Amino acid sequence: MTPADSTTAGTGAGSQPRPERGPDRGTDPAVLERVSVAIGGRPILRDVDLAVRTGETVTLLGPNGSGKSTLVRALTGLLPLARGSVRLFGTPLPDFEHWHRVGFVPQRSSATGGVPATVREVVGSGRVGRRRLLRPTSRADRRAVEAALDVVGLADRAAYGISQLSGGQQQRVLIARALAGEPDLLVLDEPTAGVDLPNQRALAEALARLKERGATIVLVAHEIGPMAPLVDRSVVMRDGRVAYDGPPLTQEVAAHTHHAHDLEAPEGDAHDHVPHVSSPFDWERRTRP
Amino acid sequence: MSFLDLFALDFMQRALVAALLTGLAAPAIGTFLVQRRLALLGDGIGHVAVTGVALGLLTGASPTWTAVLVAVLGAVLMELIRERGHTNGDVALALLFYGGLAGGVLITGIAGQGAATLQAYLFGSLNSISSEDVWFTAGLTAVVLVVTLGLSPQLFAVASDPDFARVAGLRVRAYNLLTAVLAAVSITVAMRTVGLLLVSALMVVPVATSQQLARSFRATLLGAMVVGCTASVGGLVLSAWLSFRVSVAPGPTIVLLALAMFTATWPIGVWLRSRSRLMAPFPEVSATPHRSPVEHPHEHGRDCGHPAVPHGDHVDYVHDGHRHAVHGEHYDEH
Ligand SMILES: Nc1ncnc2c1ncn2[C@@H]1O[C@H](COP(=O)(O)OP(=O)(O)O)[C@@H](O)[C@H]1O
Ligand SMILES: [Mg+2]
Ligand SMILES: [Zn+2]
Ligand SMILES: [Zn+2]
Ligand SMILES: [Zn+2]
Ligand SMILES: [Zn+2]
Repeated sequence: MTPADSTTAGTGAGSQPRPERGPDRGTDPAVLERVSVAIGGRPILRDVDLAVRTGETVTLLGPNGSGKSTLVRALTGLLPLARGSVRLFGTPLPDFEHWHRVGFVPQRSSATGGVPATVREVVGSGRVGRRRLLRPTSRADRRAVEAALDVVGLADRAAYGISQLSGGQQQRVLIARALAGEPDLLVLDEPTAGVDLPNQRALAEALARLKERGATIVLVAHEIGPMAPLVDRSVVMRDGRVAYDGPPLTQEVAAHTHHAHDLEAPEGDAHDHVPHVSSPFDWERRTRP
Repeated sequence: MSFLDLFALDFMQRALVAALLTGLAAPAIGTFLVQRRLALLGDGIGHVAVTGVALGLLTGASPTWTAVLVAVLGAVLMELIRERGHTNGDVALALLFYGGLAGGVLITGIAGQGAATLQAYLFGSLNSISSEDVWFTAGLTAVVLVVTLGLSPQLFAVASDPDFARVAGLRVRAYNLLTAVLAAVSITVAMRTVGLLLVSALMVVPVATSQQLARSFRATLLGAMVVGCTASVGGLVLSAWLSFRVSVAPGPTIVLLALAMFTATWPIGVWLRSRSRLMAPFPEVSATPHRSPVEHPHEHGRDCGHPAVPHGDHVDYVHDGHRHAVHGEHYDEH
């Protein structure tokens, strides 16, 4: 791809200079500088430097427990930083206010709650970042929801109950929810885990359409699968540090990194770094700084 | 005095107004609690509010006021424990429940009041509602309803996925605290009619009833309010009618009526759910082994009685643990 190609591909938010053009990165969608994150006092991420440029699609790879989710949660302000800084669109995280520019698909998050909800309602909740308080749903809200449903190919399921959909379709609903906010930066944490191949293809198509519009995508993935053609850059995490940052790894290499390390990875559940808290009144500080 | 004469009585009219308001507010906020799988939070707040009532009896202040105050404090405390707490958060909540109830009973005793006084607050009472109480509860209910319905897009987003809501820029913590406070307020509103020990039923049972039939969140919310109103007004009238013969508190009548409505809709819900499960499309897996059964004695069709489940571009007929797809003259196993 030549630089000329890439500028025509990016419309709207995508008109920023590409990295090869020069050092003007003041408004890059996401910049992490020497970021360390501790959970329950134990350092998990250490000294992570990462800059995601406008219009770029970056995959975060790495074995289970290597800190991909932690990185993504620090990037979206869900976890406090122990050290370092995160800038979103040029603004340091504590001062960042334009949250509607960021779309997030949390890992293993469930679309179903204790009360039934339709696909349209769940996707509609993606508009909260753009809605004003105590105002009815606007026409723009409705249009964005329909467009998001269209992108993930679920327009014909809008009136279905969420629990009537398969796991892969529910995952697509969550992506549509993030898209409904019309984000410039989309962060997805393992959207393809446990999703069958046709649904993975549908996901890849949805992301491709988004990429065409100039959105920046940070994708945490276990298996890249059908997403491979979209990827501009790969970042491999290993034990809380960046082990590789460069051109997209082929599936093989990525898989190799992955499996080789899987064997060394400590066994146990997600809490293996921190002892369990055993009194009901003990708690960890998890608030935003 | 006949049954209809009852409605001419001041205290009965006040009780009806209070019941109507309770029936609207409790299920509205209850829907969001059920969405967050915190159905029992209301019960906990109710128990803590008993201490509030007792403090009112002890100090001579209005028990409604002290109940609101203590319930709000308790709700905020519970929300903070739940938010920060680890796996044992539910134990912490349980400690608070029992402390609230035991403290309330103890303080009532110290205040020199008998069990009968407390009973009116625990299970509701028709004639304990003063006219200030009605105005007070009406005002509170209006606030609860306006805030709950007005902020429902935000509350829904926070209740269904707090991480997503936070990245969308919502102050999740503030909304969670708001939900807890609204729950506490609607519980104290419901205290006079349903009583503190049964109030949570009015936050949960109408929602459970409504979701048997509803598929959307909005329909569940509105349906729960309809069920809640019907149950609380109907239950109040029923208990007034019964009170000619036996002494019954309105609380149990209201709750049993709500449960009866749930029992009536539940079989329909079971049927709807099982049908939607059976008719859910099969996943489209690309490489299906093409295997034809040797012989098939039966011709599948629209009225053959076997569920025809969508599968990609065709339908599979489900029978005897098979999925048969028509392929020319024969059936394929899918
Ligand atoms: N809430 C938590 N409490 C304790 N440890 C955690 C928590 N979340 C993550 N960790 C630890 O942080 C490390 C990185 O986890 P994570 O970011 O989820 O990895 P990945 O997403 O790459 O699988 C793991 O070793 C995990 O044990
Ligand atoms: Mg993860
Ligand atoms: Zn057969
Ligand atoms: Zn048949
Ligand atoms: Zn088939
Ligand atoms: Zn065949």
